[in-house]
Amino acid sequence: MSVPSPSSSPASSAPASSAPAHPAIGFRDISIAFDIAGRNRFVAVQDVTLDVAEGEFVAIVGPTGSGKSTLLNAAAGLLTPAAGTVSIFGRPLSGLNAQAGYLFQQDALMPWKTAVENVAISLEAAGTRRAEARARARDWLARVGLAAFAERYPHTLSGGQRKRVALAQALIRDPRIILMDEPFGPLDAQTRLIMGELLLRLWSENRKAVLFVTHDLEEAISLADRVVILSAGPAARVVGDFPIALDRPRDIGELKVDPAFLAIHRDIWHLLKTEVLKAYSEIPTGDAP
Amino acid sequence: MKSWLLLALQVGVAVVLILAWHVVSTTNLFGDPKTMAFFFSTPSDVAAQVWDWFQGGTIWYNLWITLSEAALSFVIGAFAALVIGFWFARKPMLASVFDPYVKGANALPRVVLAPIFTLWFGLGIWSKVALGFTLVFFIVFFNVVQGVKEVDRTVLSNARMLGLNERQLLRHVYLPSALSWVFSSLHTSIGFAVVGAVVGEYLGSAAGLGYLIQQAEGMFDVAGVFAGMFVLAAFVILIDWGVTIAERRLLVWQPKGHHDT
Ligand SMILES: Nc1ncnc2c1ncn2[C@@H]1O[C@H](COP(=O)(O)OP(=O)(O)O)[C@@H](O)[C@H]1O
Ligand SMILES: [Mg+2]
Repeated sequence: MSVPSPSSSPASSAPASSAPAHPAIGFRDISIAFDIAGRNRFVAVQDVTLDVAEGEFVAIVGPTGSGKSTLLNAAAGLLTPAAGTVSIFGRPLSGLNAQAGYLFQQDALMPWKTAVENVAISLEAAGTRRAEARARARDWLARVGLAAFAERYPHTLSGGQRKRVALAQALIRDPRIILMDEPFGPLDAQTRLIMGELLLRLWSENRKAVLFVTHDLEEAISLADRVVILSAGPAARVVGDFPIALDRPRDIGELKVDPAFLAIHRDIWHLLKTEVLKAYSEIPTGDAP
Repeated sequence: MKSWLLLALQVGVAVVLILAWHVVSTTNLFGDPKTMAFFFSTPSDVAAQVWDWFQGGTIWYNLWITLSEAALSFVIGAFAALVIGFWFARKPMLASVFDPYVKGANALPRVVLAPIFTLWFGLGIWSKVALGFTLVFFIVFFNVVQGVKEVDRTVLSNARMLGLNERQLLRHVYLPSALSWVFSSLHTSIGFAVVGAVVGEYLGSAAGLGYLIQQAEGMFDVAGVFAGMFVLAAFVILIDWGVTIAERRLLVWQPKGHHDT
C-alpha cells in the first residue's frame, strides 16, 4: 500500500516502458489569449511550461483570475493556445483530449438525467449496452458512497453529492488523465476533507496523471505530489514548482498539524502571498471578478 | 394553502358571480328584468341550454371537432417548430437570413389569414388547423431557438469531454434543453391551439364550439352565446389541467419554480 515518496522519480509509479517516458501532459511555452470586443487581445497565460508525468498528482495554485481554468481547458482541448504546444503522452493535442476526464468548476451534470444516467452516459455513448453501462454506473456510485441516490435528479442532491456524482461520471471511462478545476471549491470544510480523502483513496487504487487546480494551498499540499504556483494574471507564468515529500497514504485531516506539512506550507505561502497581493492590488474596490 | 380550501374558495367565487348575475337579470334592482335578460340572459336559461346540448348529444360532436382541430394544430405546429427551430439554431447563417421574415410573419394578425385558409383548405377542419398552426408554430419555434441557445456551456463541454458525438449531443443535451423551454410554454401554446380552432370555426364552418357560438349570435340567442362560452371555458380548464399533470411527469428533473412563463 505504502508507496515511496512520489517526488523522487515520476516514472517510478508509471508502467515501465522501453521508450523514453513521455509526460502525460506536456505544456511547452504555451500562451493563451482571448479576443475581447473593442479591446486588445487579453493574454491570460504566457510561456507556461509544465509537465505532468504518468501517475503523478500535480496541483496548480494561483490567485483568482490567474488562468488556472484556462490552463485546464487547454489540457482538455477545449481551448487552443495562441502559441506553444500541448502534448498528451508525447503526441501534440488537436481537438478534444479523449484521454482526459474533466471535473468542472461549475455544476456540469445533465440536470435532466438521474445520477445513474449521468454516470452511465459516457459508456452508453461509446456503445456499451445500456444494462451493462447502468450496472457499472451503480458500482461507481457505490464507490463514491451514493448507492442509495442512483435514481435522484441532480437538483435533489447536495453540492457535495453532486460533486461525487461528477467524479464517478468522469472516472467511469477510466481516463488516463484527470483534470480537476477547484472541484471542492464551493463545499464546506468537512465535506472538502471527506472529498479529498475519497479522491486520494480512488487515486491510490489506480494512479492516473492528475492536474488539480485550486486556490487553496493547504488542499494542494495535502493532496499533491507537486505544487505549481501561478503568478497573478494577466500574462500569468509559473513562478514556483515544489515537490511535496510527504508520505502516502496521507491522512489529510491529521496532516494539517504535521510539522513537515507546516514547513512546506510556510515556504510556499511566502511566494504565493506576494502573487495574491498583486492580484488584489489591481482591483480598486470590492470583490474579485 | 390546503387544496380543499383552495377548491372551496374557487367554487365560492363562481357561486358569488352567478348569484350576482341572477340578481341582475331577474330582479328589478338594476332595471327591467326583460331587457336585462335580453342583454345578459339568465343563469337558468344558460344552464338549460347547456343541459340541452349535453342531453341531446349535439355538443359531443362539436367538442370532438374542436378538440381534433386544436390537437392537430398543436402536434403539427410543435413538430414543425421543433425541426425548423433546431435547424435554425444549428445554422446561424440560415437563421440570420430568415430572421426578418420570421419576425414579419409572426407579426401578422392571424384573423386576416382565416379567409385565405378557408379558400385554400375549404370549410372543413383543415382551415382551422392551419390557423392554429400559425399560432402554435411561432411560440414553440422561439422557445426551441432560445432553448438551444441557452444550453449550459459547462454541461455541453462536459458532455463533449465524456465522448458524446454531435448526434448524441443533440439527443442528450440540446433536445432536453430545448424541450424544457417548450414545456414551460406549453400552457400558452396549447391555449393558442384552442383559440385558433375556435376563431376559425367562428369565421366560417359547419361544426365546433366556435360554430355553436356563431350560430347563437346570428339569432341573437344570448343564452346560446353564453352557454357556448361556458362550455369553451370548462373545456380549456380541463385541457390545462391535463397539461399540468403531463408537465409534472415530464419535468420531474426540474427544481420547482424553474423558468415559469
Ligand atoms: N472566454 C473568455 N474571454 C475573455 N477573457 C477570459 C475568458 N475566459 C477567461 N478569461 C480571462 O482570463 C483570465 C483567467 O481566467 P481563469 O482561467 O478563469 O482564471 P482562474 O480559473 O485562475 O480563476 C481572467 O482574467 C479572465 O477574465
Ligand atoms: Mg477558475
